[in-house]
Amino acid sequence: MIEILSYPFMQRALIAALLTGLIAPAIGTYIVQRRLSLLGDGLGHVALAGVGLALLTGAAPIPIAVAACVAGAVVVEILRQRGKATGDVGLAVLFYGGLAAGVFLSGISGVGAGGLAQYLFGSLTTVTPSDLRLIAVLAVVILVITLGLAPQLYAVSTDEEFARTQGLRVRLYHITVVSLAAVTVALAMRTVGLLLVSALMVVPVAAARNVVRGFTAGLLCALGIGVATAVVGAAASFYVDAAPGAFIVLLAIAVFMLSWPISYLLRRRYAAAVLPEPVDDDELMVPHTVTETHPHRHAPGCGHPAVQHGDHTDFIHEGHRHAAHADHYDEH
Amino acid sequence: MLIEAHTVLAAQDLTVERGGLPVLRGVSVSVGAGEAVALMGGNGSGKSTLVRTLLGLLPHRRGAVTLFGSALRDFRDWSRIGYVPQRSLALLGGSKVKEVVAAGRLARRRPFRPLSRTDRDAVHNAIALVGLSDQLNADIARLSGGQQQRVLVARALAGEPDLLVLDEPTSGVDLEHQRVLAEVLAGLLEGGTSVLVVLHDVGSLAGLIDRAVVLSDGRVVHDGALGDLGQHHHGFGGHGHHDHVEPVEDHDQGAETLLGGAIEP
Repeated sequence: MIEILSYPFMQRALIAALLTGLIAPAIGTYIVQRRLSLLGDGLGHVALAGVGLALLTGAAPIPIAVAACVAGAVVVEILRQRGKATGDVGLAVLFYGGLAAGVFLSGISGVGAGGLAQYLFGSLTTVTPSDLRLIAVLAVVILVITLGLAPQLYAVSTDEEFARTQGLRVRLYHITVVSLAAVTVALAMRTVGLLLVSALMVVPVAAARNVVRGFTAGLLCALGIGVATAVVGAAASFYVDAAPGAFIVLLAIAVFMLSWPISYLLRRRYAAAVLPEPVDDDELMVPHTVTETHPHRHAPGCGHPAVQHGDHTDFIHEGHRHAAHADHYDEH
Repeated sequence: MLIEAHTVLAAQDLTVERGGLPVLRGVSVSVGAGEAVALMGGNGSGKSTLVRTLLGLLPHRRGAVTLFGSALRDFRDWSRIGYVPQRSLALLGGSKVKEVVAAGRLARRRPFRPLSRTDRDAVHNAIALVGLSDQLNADIARLSGGQQQRVLVARALAGEPDLLVLDEPTSGVDLEHQRVLAEVLAGLLEGGTSVLVVLHDVGSLAGLIDRAVVLSDGRVVHDGALGDLGQHHHGFGGHGHHDHVEPVEDHDQGAETLLGGAIEP
C-alpha cells in the first residue's frame, strides 16, 4: 500500500477515486429516491457529445462534458416538468442523440470512436493535476449541497406535493439535483467512466438501504460504501493490473449482494417481536368471513393479543384473528 | 359560527379542468378561523381535486383562491398550513417515522441550517399527539395503514399549522385509528386550529364538523350544517344525489336558496 503512494499518478488516482466514491452516492441517494436510477446512465451518453466536441476543438474534455451534461439534464427535467417527456421517448431521443453526436464529432475530429473508450470506461491513472483540481472543487460543491440541503432535497424527492405545501421551490430543487447528477457523471468519466458511473450512484445506495434504517443513515452509509469500494478498487487494480472502473463497480456490486443476507437477518430479528403475518389475503381476495354480532369491542389493551395486519389491527380471539371491518368483525 | 370575520381559506368561482374535461365548475367555499368544514361527495365529485387546487397543487382555469388573506400566488406563509394527503410516496419505506414527520417543519426552516431544538421538540410532540412515540425510529413501511395515516397527520402537525387540510383521513383505516384521529382533531379545534377535511362519509368525525360542503359533479350542492344533509346524503356511493338536486347555475345564491338560508348572509 505504501509503495503505490510514492507514484504521483497513483496519488492522484486514489484521490480522484475517493472523491468519486463520495459524490456519486451522495447525489445518487436523491436520484434513487426519485426513482430515476437510470438517469445517470443517460447523462453519460450526453456527456459523450461534450467529449466529442472537446476532441474536435482541442479543448479540455472535462469542462465541456460538464457543460453538455448539465444542459442535457436541465432539458430533460424541464421536459419532465412540463409533462412533455411522456413515455420516456423524449429522454431516449436526447440520450441517444448525445451518444450519436459524440461518436460523430470524434469521428470528424480524426480521433475516431475508439478515442472515446477511455471516457466510457475511465482512465484513473491518467488524471492530471488540473483534472484533479476541478474534480475537487466540484466535489466540495456537490457535498455541501447534498448534505447541507438534505432535509429539503429529501422532501422534494420523496413527496413532491407535500414539499410544495411547505413552500419549497420544488422545481428549483429538482433542477439542482439533476444538474449535480450531470456534473458527477461528467467528472466520473476520468475515474470509473461514463458507462459505469451510474452504478456507483445507485449500487452503494441500494446496499446501504439493506443494512441501515432511515434516510439519513442510508445516505451516510452509502457514502461509506462508495468511498471504501472506490479506494480499495483503485488500489487493488494497480496490483492485479485490472481496469479500475470495472473493479470498483464489481466491488460495489459484491457489497450489494452481501447486503441481502444481512438485511434478511436484520429483518428477522426486527420481526421476531411481532407475530408473523400470513400470506397477504387481502390481495388474494378471499371472501371474508363475517361474524354476526360480537359483544366485545376490541381495542389495544383489551386483553386480546393485537397483530398488525396490512392496514388494520387484528385481535387474536379464540384461535382466530378478528378484524374490525366497518360495522362488523371479519374472522381470518 | 358559520362564516367568521376571519376567513382562513376562501375560493371564489373555481373552475378546474383536467385532461380538457371540467372537474370543478364554479365552486366557492370558505373556511373560517377555528371552523371545521367537511368536504363531501361521491367518487368523482371533485372533492380531492378541490383541496389540491386550494393548496396550489393543481392549476385552475378560472376563479381565485385566498389563503389567510393573500392570493394563492402571493401566499408565502406555508407554515400556517398543514396538509395530510390521501397517499404519499413517503410511505414506500426507507425513512424513519421521525424523518417523515420532520419534513413538516420545512416551511419554518431555512436552508443549510440544522434541525433546531424547537424543531426537534415539535416533531416529537406531533408524533406523541398521534400516539406513535414508540415508533419514532421504525421504518415507515413497516407500520399498518392506520399508523401510516397517523404519521402523515403528525407530519402536518409538526409545522404547528393554523389550518389543517386532510384528504380522506378515515378511508381504509380501522376504528381505533379513526378514534385517535377524532381525538387529535378535537384537541386542535379546541386550540383554535381550522380544519378542512375531505370525507366520504362523516362517520367517526360527525361530532366535530361545524359545516359540510357537498360536491356533486364538480358543483357545490350543499353548504351548511351537517344535520341539514338529511337522509339523502347518508353515503355517497355514486352519483345518486345528483338526481334530487337541481344543477346550480349561480352556486352562491343557489346553495343558499337550496338549503333555506343555511349560510348566514
